[in-house]
Amino acid sequence: MREMDQSVEFQRDIATRQRSSWRACTLRHGWIWHMMGYAAIVLSVIVIGLPIYWMLIASFKTSREIYTVPPTWIPLNPTLDNYPAAWQAAPFARYYINSIIVTLVTTISKMTLAVLTAYALVFLRFPGKNIVFLIVLAALMVPAQITIVPNFLTMGDLGLVNTYWGLILPGAATAFGTFLMRQYFMTLPREVFEAAEIDGAGHMLRLWTIAIPLAMPALVTTGLFAVVNEWNEFLWPLIITSTEDMRTLPIGVARLLDQEGLARWGVVMAGTMFVVMPVVLLFVWSQRYIVEGIASGAVKG
Amino acid sequence: MREWYERLLFILLITPNMLLLAAFTFWPMIYNAYLSVISWNFLSPIRRFVGLRNYETVLTSDIFRIVLINTAVFTIVSVAVTMVLGLGLALLLNQPLRLRNGARAVLFTPTVLSGAAIAIIWIYMFDPRFGPLAQIINWFSSLAHLLPARFSESGLVEWLASVRSPQWLSDPNWAMSALIIVYVWKNLGYAVVIYLAGLQTIDRTLYEAARIDGAGAWAQFWHVTLPGLSPIMFFLLVTSILACFQAFDIIRVMTDGGPVNATNMLVYHLYERGFIQSQAGPAGVVAMVMFVLMLILTILQLRFIERRVHYS
Repeated sequence: MREMDQSVEFQRDIATRQRSSWRACTLRHGWIWHMMGYAAIVLSVIVIGLPIYWMLIASFKTSREIYTVPPTWIPLNPTLDNYPAAWQAAPFARYYINSIIVTLVTTISKMTLAVLTAYALVFLRFPGKNIVFLIVLAALMVPAQITIVPNFLTMGDLGLVNTYWGLILPGAATAFGTFLMRQYFMTLPREVFEAAEIDGAGHMLRLWTIAIPLAMPALVTTGLFAVVNEWNEFLWPLIITSTEDMRTLPIGVARLLDQEGLARWGVVMAGTMFVVMPVVLLFVWSQRYIVEGIASGAVKG
Repeated sequence: MREWYERLLFILLITPNMLLLAAFTFWPMIYNAYLSVISWNFLSPIRRFVGLRNYETVLTSDIFRIVLINTAVFTIVSVAVTMVLGLGLALLLNQPLRLRNGARAVLFTPTVLSGAAIAIIWIYMFDPRFGPLAQIINWFSSLAHLLPARFSESGLVEWLASVRSPQWLSDPNWAMSALIIVYVWKNLGYAVVIYLAGLQTIDRTLYEAARIDGAGAWAQFWHVTLPGLSPIMFFLLVTSILACFQAFDIIRVMTDGGPVNATNMLVYHLYERGFIQSQAGPAGVVAMVMFVLMLILTILQLRFIERRVHYS
């Protein structure tokens, strides 16, 4: 034991000595590397930000300015006219209501169902409950894109084409959320639940007062992902809606482009801002949860 | 008594989720298999059983070959570019820099934007007359006369001076490049975030050990950073390929699969067969093929997750 300690100390000694001789070297290289790091920040922010900046300034340009060659990089006489023009060019108020209803209902449904199923899978005894978990895993392997034709036919049979139910139902359940919540519940300390059980708390009380508060970080991440995904969802709303009053924002703005097209870019860009702004604001407010959620999802699985 | 209560509760809690998954995830797979062996136009009351003839028609058709090639080219190029660029950026950002987290947030922003909005913004970006890309290209082109005179003999100056913006979206030779640029722009931040998280997990003492052994920066990258990142690179590879296979919204708004099918890919083709040409059978076949392709990838990904969960 002592011998090992000594050898570790010896190695550490070498390491510190080596490091001091290296320091001069790394400082020299480190300086260049550091500057390259800043250059990378500046360059990547410009490249990634340019299209977003372009949308922003175009939405403030007069149509005359938009069609000048070469284009201007700062609006010469900024105007707000494009926003009311876009709001009137398509029923954006209706698109907003539809998008908000579909996003909220789907997200709440996903979070609720994920928590309930995950709680049952982790804390309740049931013969063969692993089969249920395997079914959840199997559902993860079916991408939504390949279900569109059958789901459209099912909705036709149920008479739900072009209705809120039709928009919401196929996305109301979640295999992914269930999987995430189950993995998180598995890490919670069992003793807390056992103590509550001894105190006479039933399962629903334990779920509400212990499991959900403890699992808040995972639940918030699941909810944020669901909100962003549902808000941006394009394929299913495109198929299942057929009249203007049922369209969601992404479909609506794509139709605005078809209508106004290359003739009124300022208006189209203002319409695009309507779609993008809520998610960008949500992202600015919660980017730590979203980015950390993505990162830890990859590192921990 | 308690036991029965617990079983009943279990069934109550899982039923809504399981019913919805059964109706809108599992049933469609059976339905797709059924659609793939019948001839039907969605409207007529007659559905004729045709066996494997739909598979034969789709799999031997020129359009399906084009779709597969397009999907492969798009996936390989955009995933490769995103992963290489993302790795470079993440390595540069993986040091104490001011504004580092701000830059990470800006880089990640396109990932949360609606595909329809992204497509619209980029149609404007690519506009060969009024778009900013055209202006940047013209500006570089106008630099031609600044080149030293000796270049003019080689024709380089003339060539540079004559460069104009391609007709990105209406030229079949450029549309795929345009689409790849957009997807790299959209996904780069995601790759950087994943890489940065992966870099944090590499044990710092490994670098010191490597230094003691006399490894330079390059050797450290090859022998410490890359092996340490390999699990996360695998994760990124599989999720990126899956995302590319599922690409639809940007394609639908930006190019509609064209011009002349130059950007027609799997999901768009499925949409086209099912909802534009109203061919239930071929649509079912395309869905079945996509399912098999994605199943292989998802199993790879789940294996990875499983390993991670068990050994971390």
